[in-house]
Amino acid sequence: MTSSPQRRIDVAGLVIALILLGLAGLIWWDMTKLQILSPYDLGPKVMPIIVSLGLTLLAVGNAIGAWKGDLPARDSLDWKPIVLILGGLACLIALIAIGGGFMIGTAILFAATSTAFGRRAFLMDLLIGAAIAVLIYLLFAKLLTLSLPAGPLEHLL
Amino acid sequence: MEAFVSLANGLSVAIQPMNLLFALIGVLLGTAVGVLPGIGPALTVALLLPVTFKLDPAGSIIMFAGIYYGGMYGGSTTAILINTPGESASMATALEGNKMAKAGRGGPALATSAIGSFVAGTIATLGLTFLAPYLVDIAVSFGPEDYFALMCVAFVTVSATFGDSPVRGLTSLFIGLTLGLVGIDILSGQSRLSFGIPELYDNIEVTTLAVGLFAVGEALYVASRRHVHEERLEAVRGSLWMTKEDWKRSWKPWLRGTAFGFPIGALPAGGAEIPTFLSYSTEKRLTKYPEEFGKGAIEGVAGPEAANNASAAGTLVPLLTLGLPTSATAAMLLAGFQQYGLNPGPLLFAEQPNLVWGLIASLFIANGMLLVLNLPLVGLWVRLLAIPQPWLYAGILVFATMGTIAANPSPVELIMLTVFGVLGFLMRRFDFPIAPVVVGLILGPIAESQLRRALSISLGDPMVLLQSPISATLLAIALIALILPFVLKGLGRFKAVED
Repeated sequence: MTSSPQRRIDVAGLVIALILLGLAGLIWWDMTKLQILSPYDLGPKVMPIIVSLGLTLLAVGNAIGAWKGDLPARDSLDWKPIVLILGGLACLIALIAIGGGFMIGTAILFAATSTAFGRRAFLMDLLIGAAIAVLIYLLFAKLLTLSLPAGPLEHLL
Repeated sequence: MEAFVSLANGLSVAIQPMNLLFALIGVLLGTAVGVLPGIGPALTVALLLPVTFKLDPAGSIIMFAGIYYGGMYGGSTTAILINTPGESASMATALEGNKMAKAGRGGPALATSAIGSFVAGTIATLGLTFLAPYLVDIAVSFGPEDYFALMCVAFVTVSATFGDSPVRGLTSLFIGLTLGLVGIDILSGQSRLSFGIPELYDNIEVTTLAVGLFAVGEALYVASRRHVHEERLEAVRGSLWMTKEDWKRSWKPWLRGTAFGFPIGALPAGGAEIPTFLSYSTEKRLTKYPEEFGKGAIEGVAGPEAANNASAAGTLVPLLTLGLPTSATAAMLLAGFQQYGLNPGPLLFAEQPNLVWGLIASLFIANGMLLVLNLPLVGLWVRLLAIPQPWLYAGILVFATMGTIAANPSPVELIMLTVFGVLGFLMRRFDFPIAPVVVGLILGPIAESQLRRALSISLGDPMVLLQSPISATLLAIALIALILPFVLKGLGRFKAVED
């Protein structure tokens, strides 16, 4: 992923251009399924057509930039913290999806993020995360009357 | 005169105890999060939107405006004391401000930036007060095609004209426009880009996008390059007060900074970077102490900081009078209005004068509060910087996810938040600007409905866009603003070769 000044063609930039082209195609395909209700104008199709054509042009523009190696220099990348944070988010989503409430998931997310930023006290942070979750639950549910997905733990409060 | 009467009415709304309290909460929250590295005013408003939607509209909009102004003050504190400005608008402040802090003159640097922000904010809010009624009068005569053309100008200036790369800026904008297509089209009742997922039928929430891009994206980005980058906090040493000499050297830069900031902010041009850097280079040229520049010259803090605040207030002119957000924060404020079914623009001035003028009046009050709170409490704000980074970002992510599911209790909403977070990370990594995505999502559907209204009046003839003189002029401006950066880039390259 690191780019050196010597390398001319930026592969990541070409991938971005390809993704934009794919997105443009997707919007176009989706647009063809829409029905026009008024005989005079294109109605719901106008904007998708504009956006799709614009994205196609931009895909070309990005590809040219990548071809010339115009992208700004990038630092080296540490994947571990990214995996940790995304893993924490995935745990939270899974727990809410199966009805486990948000509290355990929030505690895990807090501890995982904190670990991603270099702390080495997972259990301690798990407790802190749980305490914050309780505080937020009380603030949201009691003070602002907003509902949060509840699981077995939340019903105890 | 008319403006004075309206402002007086607004003042009577703003000084109601509840609204004063909301303004106070707003400026305190705004300053606190402005000081915290990694959270800007846009993210704060985004985080608080879902939490506040059961509160009184006037009160929470006054609070959001307080956050907006407070975030500017707080951001400059961080820029001066740590050399990592939280937002690009504070970059010029950091140049001289951090040098002053290192030389033991952090106190006067903070003071000149706070007082300069107050002076600039007050003058610019006065400008807003007097300019708004005129713009409203003009905007009333706008037809749908004129509005569409105006939005094209905003689209181009926000994404292409002032960024590093027009292609990357426009790409960001079009990603936002794509996201704006998702959901059921109100006019025809057909769903677009929804792929049968029920959560996608009722459009993508602006808050989910903004929180994903700003909070999750920023956390991922900072975490991924922690090994490259280390921050160091300068202690505030020396007197907090400015000497007579400091005052003498500061007042002209304050006024010049305001003169740069307000017009550029008020034009639908977006971005406070241009006026702050214009102000910085002007002060550098005009100073009597050129040898101090680069080592901590007070003019280099006073000018850009005033420009920054004046342009923030200027951004409210197109937002309130035309419904046109030209920065990420302005887009979030617009989302705040929409949450209560309010649409900023000329009609809002006619239908809800108390709310609009109450908001404008409370901007003056918020500005005064910030001046009073900021200097004496600077020690307290600085202590916020001592929160360990792991807990800070973990806390941000927890609050971000909680706010998202409180608004939409569904795992799909959290998946979208995560996807937008990854998008925000990739955009930061490959240097795509973030604000145009948010502006595209929020302004895209509005632009589309104006365009379709214009086209259905003209029975589908797109020439209607060129037949209205207002629309034709605006589209020409948009075209020039689109082509200009490409031409100037060519010129820049030519100059570089010549050197």
